This record gives sequence, C-alpha cells and structure tokens, in this order.
Amino acid sequence: MKKIEAIIRIEKLDEVRVALEKEGFVGMTVTEIKGRGSQKGVMLEWRAGEYRVEFLPKLKIELVVNGDRTEAAIRIIAEAARTGAIGDGKIFIYPVEDVVRIRTGERGIEAV
Amino acid sequence: MINSGDTAWVLISTALVILMTPALAFFYAGMVRRKNVLSTIMLSVAILALISVQWVLFGYTLAFGPDHAGLFGGLNWLGLNGVGQTPYPGYAATIPHLAFMVFQLAFAVITPALITGAFVERINFPGFLLFTLLWSTFIYDPVAHWVWGIGGWLRNLGALDFAGGTVVHITAGVSALALALIIGRRKGYGKFPMEPSNIPFTILGAFLLWFGWFGFNGGSALSSGGLATSALVVTNTAAAAAALTWMLMSWIHKRPSVLGLATGAVVGLVAITPASGYVSPLSALVIGAVAAVVSYYSILIRVKSGLDDSLDVFACHGMGGITGALLTGVFADKAINSAGANGLLFGNPQQLLIQAIAVLVVAVFSFTVSYILGRVIDAVFSLRARSEEEEIGLDITQHGEAAYS
Repeated sequence: MKKIEAIIRIEKLDEVRVALEKEGFVGMTVTEIKGRGSQKGVMLEWRAGEYRVEFLPKLKIELVVNGDRTEAAIRIIAEAARTGAIGDGKIFIYPVEDVVRIRTGERGIEAV
Repeated sequence: MINSGDTAWVLISTALVILMTPALAFFYAGMVRRKNVLSTIMLSVAILALISVQWVLFGYTLAFGPDHAGLFGGLNWLGLNGVGQTPYPGYAATIPHLAFMVFQLAFAVITPALITGAFVERINFPGFLLFTLLWSTFIYDPVAHWVWGIGGWLRNLGALDFAGGTVVHITAGVSALALALIIGRRKGYGKFPMEPSNIPFTILGAFLLWFGWFGFNGGSALSSGGLATSALVVTNTAAAAAALTWMLMSWIHKRPSVLGLATGAVVGLVAITPASGYVSPLSALVIGAVAAVVSYYSILIRVKSGLDDSLDVFACHGMGGITGALLTGVFADKAINSAGANGLLFGNPQQLLIQAIAVLVVAVFSFTVSYILGRVIDAVFSLRARSEEEEIGLDITQHGEAAYS
C-alpha cells in the first residue's frame, strides 16, 4: 500500500477528483494549506506599490492505494492537475504499513 | 426660529457622520494582520465612546464656548449647561443649539480615530486612551475653536474650512506622523511580509465613509437648502475623480487595484472637505484628481523613508488635507457661497496666503503638541505594547478576544 500526497492548485481540485473517481479512486482527504516552491511568493497590489505574499494557498490531497495501482493514480493526478505553468505542485509517495477501519476493525487494503 | 427641514438634515447628518467612525474601524481593520483586527476596530469604537463623553462634559465648551483671546472657548457651557433646544444664532440660527453641538461631536469623535492608523498592531491600549483624551482636549478642541469658534483667530483671519480640512484632516494627519516617530516600527516591519487580513472589510469601510461624508460635508451647511446640495454634489464628484485617478495610477503601475481605487476615494473626500461649501463641481474634479496624485506619491515616499505610519494617515489625511485646504484658496467662488470668499482663480490671491497660514500654523501646532504629549505618555504609561504582546497579537493579549475561530 502507498500513500499518495499531492499538492495541487486550488482550482484543479474538481478536475483531479473527477479523474480519480473515473478510475475507481473514490476516497481521499483534502486539506487547505499554504506553501511555496522555488518561485517563492507573489507580489500583490498595495494602495500604492505592492507587497509580497510569501506563501501561496494550495490544496493537499491524500489517498492510500494498493501498490500496483500507484502509478495509475500518480498519472491521473499529474495529468489532471497540470497547467504547464510554475506552481502546478508536487506529488509525494510514501509506504503505508497498515490501515484500520474504525467502524469494523478491518485491516489492510480492505479497510481503505 | 427653528426650521424643521434644517434640523432634520443636521440630525440625519449627525447620524451619517457617527457611522463614519465604525466605517473607519473596518477600513483600517482590513489592512492589518489577522491577529490585530479586533484591536484595530477597538481603537476607533473606544474613541466613539470616550470622546462622546468628553465632548458633553467639557470638549464642546472648550471648542465652541464664548471666546478667550481667539484661542479657546470658555467654560460657560461645561456639561452642556445652557446648551438647549433653542438655537444659538451665532453658530446656526435655524436649528437647536443641541443639534449643532451633537453634529460637532461626531467630528470630534472621528478625528482622533483617524490617527490610530499610524500605530495599529503595536499600541498599548491604556496609553492610547490617555493620549486620545489629552489629544482631543489640547489639540482638537483649541484648533476647532480657532477655525470655527466665534472669535477664533483663524476664523477672524478669514481662513476657509467648510467641513474640517484643517480642523480634522491636517490635525490628525500631522499628529499621526508624530506618533509614528515616537512609537517606532512594528516588529519585523520591512523584513517580513505583513499581509492584510481582509481587503473586502477595507473596501466596505471606504464606501461607508463615502456615504457618511454626505453628512460630513453636506451637513456642514447647517441648513437643508442649496448650499447643502452643492456641498453634497462636489463631495461625490471629488471622491469619484480621485478614485478614478488612483485606479489609473495603479493600472499604469501594474493592474487596476480595488484597494487603490478605495484609497483614492477616501483621499478625494479628504481633499474636498475644506472646499466643499465654496467650490463648483468642475473645481471638485481638479481637487480630487490632484489630491490623489499627491497622496499616491506621498505613500511611495513614506515607504521608501522606512517610517512605519502603518496605514498612511499622514499621506492620505495630512497631505490630502493640506492639498484640499490650499486648493480651497485657489478655487473658492463667492458665486457658490456668498458667505465665503473668492480664491486665486477668482481674483483674490490673498485667500491662498490665508489658507497657507492656517495650514502651516495648524500643522506645526498639531505636530508639536502631539509629539510632547506622546513622549510624556510613552515615558509614564508606555504607548507601545510589550514585545511578546505584539508578537502574539493585540486581539488576544490586550483584549482577551479572537477575531476568528
């Protein structure tokens, strides 16, 4: 089992969700976050002149998938979240040791 | 003789001007960081309560009571003694004396609230309250007497200030400069970004100020006829001209900024204030546009200087007020208001000189007394919040409340 953690543009959430769902990835957790990449922040208009915003609002999507489905999920997210411009985000993949469904006590991939 | 139309208009105008102080609270609160939103609102609304009491007890009589040497009003009307339902014809012959008093109260309230933009996010609340009380008593009340009180020396000199360019905006703007110097920069200013908490709050506040300003300038006619209408029209015109000018400047810089347009509107309103009872709509266009350019570049210069007049009270109200007061001496026209005077453009260059004297004297007096008051209060009670209070935020540390869950 792998956990896929994708940082994406806020406006791309629906496209990513629909694309994942079409391929059978239904469950996910979404968190509002702020972050920055190598482009650093952005400049916004102040009353006269500008000010810098160092961290930009993004969304973090987390989902746990069976190991053999990892590449499929990564491909779907990368395609749906991509604009080609700076700030499209990143995908991180982690190994997952176990999963517990609290209601039934099921373990492993069945619990996802 | 009391005129019901005049009285109704002045009472409604009073309510409009009272609304401007909470409007200002939101105008300012939107531009500070999330941790200081309530504190910033509190500064303005606490002044609404504090100065409403000060004015009734002794502020009104110091400003408008029977004259002493052209400098201040006597204590004859202490606690509003003798200020009743019949008119005091020297100020306004067709409305109750109490109506004139409470209309002026609204101005006495908003003026110190304007200054708070200079020291938001780091002010120590008890020191602030004391400063405000003394500032109103030793700066606002005397200057209001000089310019508007019967026997006031600037009034006798012929200085024109229809609704408070000198009395309100120059006193507040210049005092803000003194306070910003005394209290110093916010921690991390210029080093770390300071993101505004809620720009829509600021926009809402700005346009509620625009709305309230119809009472501020229109009500200053103290009657409900042609002069009030003229003042209301030039007020709207100057605000619009300044808003458009500011929007264009921000567009030339990069993109048409909403915050820029709203700031421009307020600056246009500031600048037309002293002129509003004396100038034509076309003159108002020029006054608004010129003030927008002056204040825009004043902000840029202020930022470059490293001074943390956090919400640019000096650039917007000080420079806007000075521009308006001087241009009143250029554009004033007796055809608009026969009780006024002609300005430079109408053959009376002398008026511009009188306006310049009023500007200079009020600016120097306000700066000096504010600086002394600020230094003394800072030494005794501290005007600045403690370092850790400032870091955590004043909402929690000074008021025990959080703006957002």
